[in-house]
Amino acid sequence: MNFETTIGLEVHVELKTKSKMYSPSPVAYGADSNVNTNVIDFGFPGTLPTVNKNGYRLGVMVALALNAEIEHHTHFDRKNYFYPDNPKAYQITQQDKPLGHDGYVEIEVDGKKKKIGVEELHVEEDAGKNTHGNNGYSYVDLNRQGTPLIEIVSKPDMHSPEEAYQYLENLRKIIQFTGASDVKMEEGSMRVDTNISIRPVGSDTYGTKVELKNLNSFNHVKLGLAYEEKRQANILKQGGRIGQETRRFDEKTGETFLMRVKSGADDYRYFPEPDLPDYDISPEWVAEIKANLPESAAKRRVRYINELGIPEYDAGVLTDTKEMSDFFDEAVSYKANPKLVSNWLMGEVNGYLNEKKVGLLDTKLTPEHLAKMINLISDGTISSKIAKKVFKETISNGTEPEEWVKSKGLVQESDPAVLKPMILEILDNNQQSIDDFKNGKDRAVGYLVGQIMKQTHGQANPKVVNKILMAELNSR
Amino acid sequence: MISKDEILHVATLANLKFQPDEVDSFVDQLDKIVNMESKLSSVDTTGIEPTYNMGDTSTVFREDKGIHTQTREQMLENVPETDNNLIKVPTIVDKEDDE
Repeated sequence: MNFETTIGLEVHVELKTKSKMYSPSPVAYGADSNVNTNVIDFGFPGTLPTVNKNGYRLGVMVALALNAEIEHHTHFDRKNYFYPDNPKAYQITQQDKPLGHDGYVEIEVDGKKKKIGVEELHVEEDAGKNTHGNNGYSYVDLNRQGTPLIEIVSKPDMHSPEEAYQYLENLRKIIQFTGASDVKMEEGSMRVDTNISIRPVGSDTYGTKVELKNLNSFNHVKLGLAYEEKRQANILKQGGRIGQETRRFDEKTGETFLMRVKSGADDYRYFPEPDLPDYDISPEWVAEIKANLPESAAKRRVRYINELGIPEYDAGVLTDTKEMSDFFDEAVSYKANPKLVSNWLMGEVNGYLNEKKVGLLDTKLTPEHLAKMINLISDGTISSKIAKKVFKETISNGTEPEEWVKSKGLVQESDPAVLKPMILEILDNNQQSIDDFKNGKDRAVGYLVGQIMKQTHGQANPKVVNKILMAELNSR
Repeated sequence: MISKDEILHVATLANLKFQPDEVDSFVDQLDKIVNMESKLSSVDTTGIEPTYNMGDTSTVFREDKGIHTQTREQMLENVPETDNNLIKVPTIVDKEDDE
């Protein structure tokens, strides 16, 4: 029996605001426990929520970037549940009229392009953080309570773990380039819940849905889903039934384990939030947000290829993260040759980041310094060999390249009047190399250039050296 | 007719515990309330936009500025038990946790 897999994803993304969604408490990752809380976050009686305009704006940005329709007349709803990470015993969300609906994310798997539907997206608030002790107690930090979230609910349009992986990758990238969120799985600013079912090919009803939790990276999502596909197929092949349950992915074994069996639907008793008014999201505001949407990765890629002459593959690497792409754009704005900036970023810079295991923004390299260094190479002030020294100094210590080159006397020697006597002397002392050259051994030239470089501590301009050397060799 | 199971279900959701004899009286009371509410359903609302809120304001936003309106010390003053500035609560085991 052959099976068809159906996957739907619910993704929560923290929006990058200064304050919480319904309270003015500051939002900051990694702050001291319970410092960023107030009476609203603690759910004190008599307190009232207020809606963060920027939080809503960022939500609309994400919705537009995902090609969704914006709901123009909306309100908030209460989702009721008891849990210590949310002391007011309800979450303010948008159940009835979500902020946006009917969007899509384009993916490409095995050379085939496909649109994965986004059912709806809505703003809501995050819960606090629980840490469980072994002593029968839990410890609650409410700093995260109320942090603005957008939940993005996909349609059940994905049919393989690879498609789910691509959807998440592209979703992450699209949101990252809007600047609305950091979308970092490792910091919890992006979280993924998955639903997966399988059914015999040709069947027109979906199989029983299983929910997967504890997926802390896109790779875990892929592995967990692949394991589930096999597990469910084995059960069905043996004539068994799939239970409606929540399972936990174990990263050590790559297997999924039963967390709990779902007995009927959750009962959250949603109702319109009485503490907040209705909201009219004007077409003018939406148009303004749309007009100011930051340039997407896809658009930047096309611009790099068409306007800056960057090869397709390189343009793809440069637009893989917003950090890298922003860095590139800024360096180019300092009039550095785009192709050279691209080569340096993909070569030396990436090499350095991989070696030190740090991010681009963790180093002392600035786009301005990289541009200056590249311009020093372009105008012949330093050789590309010296440039590597300058680069190391700049990225490690944040040193200004021009002044450092001058103060260290690293300016390239391009004056034939200085270089020629040196070259003549070296030739006089290396008759063997001249003979080799005459006998057609090109390697001899390399050896001679090496000698000149050694004598000038790498500062001789290779072009000028080559010209003088070849003329001299041919005349001897 | 509201069943006893429904009363117990709603009680669980509301984190309430009742004595067995109390449950029977709630069956009767809640049934009356629900029946009264169901009268509203007899009104024909075809073509009428639902009312979500009774207030006469709409679209009130707050500017995105992070402010400390209370200190941590003030906030933890009413917490029965703290540990290292964390709120100490009995572990709830029957609900899955995020992280």
